[in-house]
Amino acid sequence: MPKIKMPKSNPSLDMTPMVDLAFLLVTFFMLTASARVSEPVVVDTPSSTSDKLLPENVIMITVDDKGKTYYNINNYVVRKKTLEKMGQQYKVEFTEKEKEEFAKMTSFGVPIQSLKSYINMEDPERNAAKSPGIPLDSLNNQLGDWIQFGRIEAAKQAREQKEKAEKLGREFKYEPIRFAIKADGNANYINVKDVIKVFTDKEIYRFNLITNLEKGEE
Amino acid sequence: MAEVNTDGGGGHGKHEKKRAKKSSTKIDMTPMVDLAFLLLTFFILTSTFSKPKAMEINFPAKTEDESKNQKVKNAITFIMSKDNAIYYYNGEFYPPNNKDGAPPTTLIKTDFSKDGLHKLLLDRYKPTLDAITALEDKYKRKEIADTTLKRLVNLEKGNKDALTVLIKADDKAIYKNVIDLIDELNVCLVGKYAVVDMMPTEFELLNATNK
Repeated sequence: MPKIKMPKSNPSLDMTPMVDLAFLLVTFFMLTASARVSEPVVVDTPSSTSDKLLPENVIMITVDDKGKTYYNINNYVVRKKTLEKMGQQYKVEFTEKEKEEFAKMTSFGVPIQSLKSYINMEDPERNAAKSPGIPLDSLNNQLGDWIQFGRIEAAKQAREQKEKAEKLGREFKYEPIRFAIKADGNANYINVKDVIKVFTDKEIYRFNLITNLEKGEE
Repeated sequence: MAEVNTDGGGGHGKHEKKRAKKSSTKIDMTPMVDLAFLLLTFFILTSTFSKPKAMEINFPAKTEDESKNQKVKNAITFIMSKDNAIYYYNGEFYPPNNKDGAPPTTLIKTDFSKDGLHKLLLDRYKPTLDAITALEDKYKRKEIADTTLKRLVNLEKGNKDALTVLIKADDKAIYKNVIDLIDELNVCLVGKYAVVDMMPTEFELLNATNK
């Protein structure tokens, strides 16, 4: 009886397609990933069913679970100019280097008086530093000033861009600056209300409350 | 490592001719694949897809005469307190021994469960919800255009008789509950709601109820 010959299969298989795919995915994820900016505080925002995206051009006030407030403004140029104006207002001198450094930072939660030393810290030191929060009481309403100057500078920059665009004959899409409140779910509502009051005192009545997208129950 | 073997290796001296070793054209790809997958896993795990979402809300502008304009026909007031408690009362607030002779307002407790707040809102908001459903039916039968539908729905939401919701919170309430409530209102399509400050009389009642 003739032996049944099993087909001799090659144990090494061609991995090329798999490697192709793997590298494709690696490239995709590398390109889409955005570096996470280090915030001075981690905020656990409450969830909601709202699926509206946060606008790009915002002044963002963060309220952490202890009720401390932090300020952030995205635009690099506006940020720098706002610091200049705040420095003038509160008689704090900032060097050009400090302004540059400040413009690169994210949100911060220190009063303007100690902002200078905060800027001059090294990154790890800064991350470890405890932020006392930006004062917002009626006697020392620094948060209100930050918002006000940020708003003015943003409007100025928008106007400059518009003029530039008009000179070049390009179209300019004006996007007004928006205001966002990113508060921790466990923050006392009273603290958030204080921030809202700062806004309404400046005649800003429309905000974006930042939330997580909730998974629908249905 | 790179030793040249000069020894014949016990050969008979017949095949003295050196032959270049035929190297395989295949290279071992395993380390590369390992690395690729390692990177892949890393990027998958660290990348965040979720851009922050936001809900837009308007706060009432401060008016000079706050006492006026407060008369709303169909109102419900929610008061949030500590430990996720949520109270509500219907219509206007009547303190005890008021001059209108109406029975004093009592707070009713509810919660964020499906049978609590959600049901209550659907119940109270039924006339408007029915009207909106009727409009949507019309749209489905192609009797009205989608822009008309939008306009009519907004009109219905802003109707004078539609439910008006007032949201109040005491100093122990947490922010999450306020957001949850607003979210619930959005889910139930309530168009008229406002976050306002508490009245001192309400605060007293809340303290009495909380005990």
